[in-house]
Amino acid sequence: MNGRADARLGRRKRTELFFRALAAVSAAVVLLSLLLILGTILWKAVPALSLSMLTQTPRGGFYLGKEGGILNAIVGSLELALGATALAFLLSLPLALYLNVYKGRASKTAVWTRFFLDVLWGVPSIVYGAFGFVVMLALGLRASLLAGILTVALLELPIMTRAIDEVMRLVPRELTDASASLGATRFETALKVLVRQSAPGILTGVLLAFGRGIGDAASVLFTAGFTDRIPGSLADPAATLPLAIFFQLGTPFPEVQQRAYASAAVLTLIILVISLAGRAMSRKVTRHVVK
Amino acid sequence: MRLLKDALARRGMGLVTALPGVLVLLIVVGLFLKSKAILGVAPLSRLLFSSAWHPLKGEFGLLAFIAGTVWVTVTALLLAVPVSILAAVYLSEYAPRWVREAAKPVIDLLAGLPSVVYGVWGVLLVVPFVGNVLAPLAGVYSSGYSILAGGIVLAIMTFPTIIHVTLEVFSTVPLSLREASLSLGATKWETTRHVVLRKGAQGILAASVLGFSRAFGETMAVLMVVGNVPAVPRSLFDPGYPLPALIANNYGEMMSVPRYDAALMTAALVLMLIVLFFNVLARSILVRVERRVR
Repeated sequence: MNGRADARLGRRKRTELFFRALAAVSAAVVLLSLLLILGTILWKAVPALSLSMLTQTPRGGFYLGKEGGILNAIVGSLELALGATALAFLLSLPLALYLNVYKGRASKTAVWTRFFLDVLWGVPSIVYGAFGFVVMLALGLRASLLAGILTVALLELPIMTRAIDEVMRLVPRELTDASASLGATRFETALKVLVRQSAPGILTGVLLAFGRGIGDAASVLFTAGFTDRIPGSLADPAATLPLAIFFQLGTPFPEVQQRAYASAAVLTLIILVISLAGRAMSRKVTRHVVK
Repeated sequence: MRLLKDALARRGMGLVTALPGVLVLLIVVGLFLKSKAILGVAPLSRLLFSSAWHPLKGEFGLLAFIAGTVWVTVTALLLAVPVSILAAVYLSEYAPRWVREAAKPVIDLLAGLPSVVYGVWGVLLVVPFVGNVLAPLAGVYSSGYSILAGGIVLAIMTFPTIIHVTLEVFSTVPLSLREASLSLGATKWETTRHVVLRKGAQGILAASVLGFSRAFGETMAVLMVVGNVPAVPRSLFDPGYPLPALIANNYGEMMSVPRYDAALMTAALVLMLIVLFFNVLARSILVRVERRVR
C-alpha cells in the first residue's frame, strides 16, 4: 500500500471517530439535560418543602410570603386530571375499538381518523384554552372545574386514543377470528378479546394522557380559573398546580418564589410516580394476555 | 338481542369516531367567528404586518408577536435539530443495546415533563446563564430573559419529538442496505451518511417539521423565560413576545377593552392555522415514507 492510500485511510478513520464522538456527545447532552432539570428543581425545592405546604390551603397574604400551602392546587389538579382522563377514556376506548373492530385497520375511515387525531395532537394547548373559552362564552359558563375538565379532556383525547389504537393494531388477527368463529358478535369480540388483550397498553395510554393533563397550564388558564379554596362542586373554579407555580414565580418575593420551586418539585414527583407506576402496572395486567 | 346490542354499539362508536374530524373543524370555525369582530374593522394585512400594539387606542398589530414566535422557534430548531439527529444516529447505529433500552424511558420522561417545570428550570438556570455568561462573552448586555433563553428551553422540549420520529424513520431503513454498504468497506459513519441519512432524509424533514410545530405553539415555558416585550427583536439577546405568551398573559384584561378579545382570538387562529399547515405537511411526508417501506 502506498503512502497516499494510507493517509486516506487514516483520514477516513479520523472522520469515523470524530462523528462517532459527536453523535455520542449529542446523545449524552439529551440524556443529561433530563438529569440537569430534575437535579436543579429538586435541589432548589428541598429547603422550601414542608409538610404545611402540602396540607394547608393558602392563608391571607400567602402570595406575600405568609402562612399557608398549596393543597388547593394539588387537590384541584388531581380532580381536574381525574375527571378529564375519565371523560377522555369514555370517548377514546370506543373510538379505538371502532377503528379496529368495525372498520378495517387500513380502511379509509381509519386512516383519516388517525390523521385527524395526529393533527389534534399537534394543536397547541393554548389554542385548546382559547377554544374552550370561546365555547364557554357561547354557553354562558363561568370559569369552573367543569369547563376545565372538558377542555383538558379534549386535549387528552388524541393522546389516549392514538396510544390505545397503536396497541390494538398489534393484536393478532387470529385471536379475533377465533372469537368470531365461536359465534361471538363483533361487540363481544371487542370487549372480551381486544380490550383484554391490549389492557397493558390501554393502561399506559391512560396514564400518559393523565400526565399530560395534570401538567398542562395553558389550557386551564382561561377555563378552570384560579382560587384559594378547594373546589366544592363542578361549578366552582379550581386552582391547578401548574398555574400555582406560574403565579408564585411571578411574585417579587423570594419566599414565594421558593414555594414555586417546591410546587414544581411536587408536580415533577407526581409525574415521575405516574410514569413509574405505569411501567410497573403494565407488567402486572399482562396476566390475561394470550402470548 | 345480542345482534341488537352489536348494532347499537356500532352506531354509538361510529358517532364517537366522527369526533376528531369535527373537533378540528369546530376549533377553526369557533376561533374564526370570534375573530370576525376585528377582521371586519381592520384589514388582515394591517393585523399581521403592523407592529403597532396599542390595545387602548384600538391598534392591534401582531407583527412583533409573530416575529417573536418565529425568532424563538427558529433558534430552538437550530439548536435542537442537529443534536437530536446526531443523538438518534448514536442510539440507532452505534449504541450498545443496554444504552438504547435505558435511553427510552429517559426520552419518554423528557417528553412527559410539564412545560411549567421547564419554565421554572429555565428561570433558575438558563436565564442567569444567558445573562451572566453568554451575553458578556458576546459583548452585549442582556437581562437573560431573551430569545436565546427561550430557544434553549424550547430546544430541550423538542428533543423527544424529533428523536422519537427520527428513530422510527431509521428503523424503516432495511438492515441489508447497511450491510451492503459495510461489506463494500465503508466505515460506519460513511454508511450512516450515505445510506441511513439519505434513505431517511424525508422522514428527518418530517420530524423537524413536527418539532417546529410543537415549538411554535409552546406557551408556558417560553412565556416564563423570554421577557415579553412587545417589540420586534433585533438579536438573540433581545427579549421577545411570542403569540402564545400574548394570549396567555392578557386573558384577564381582554374582556374590558373593546375588540381586545377578538384580537387575541385572531392570534389563536393564526397560531392554529400555522400549526395545522405544518402538521399536515409533516404527516403527509411521513405517510409517504411509510408507504414506500411497505
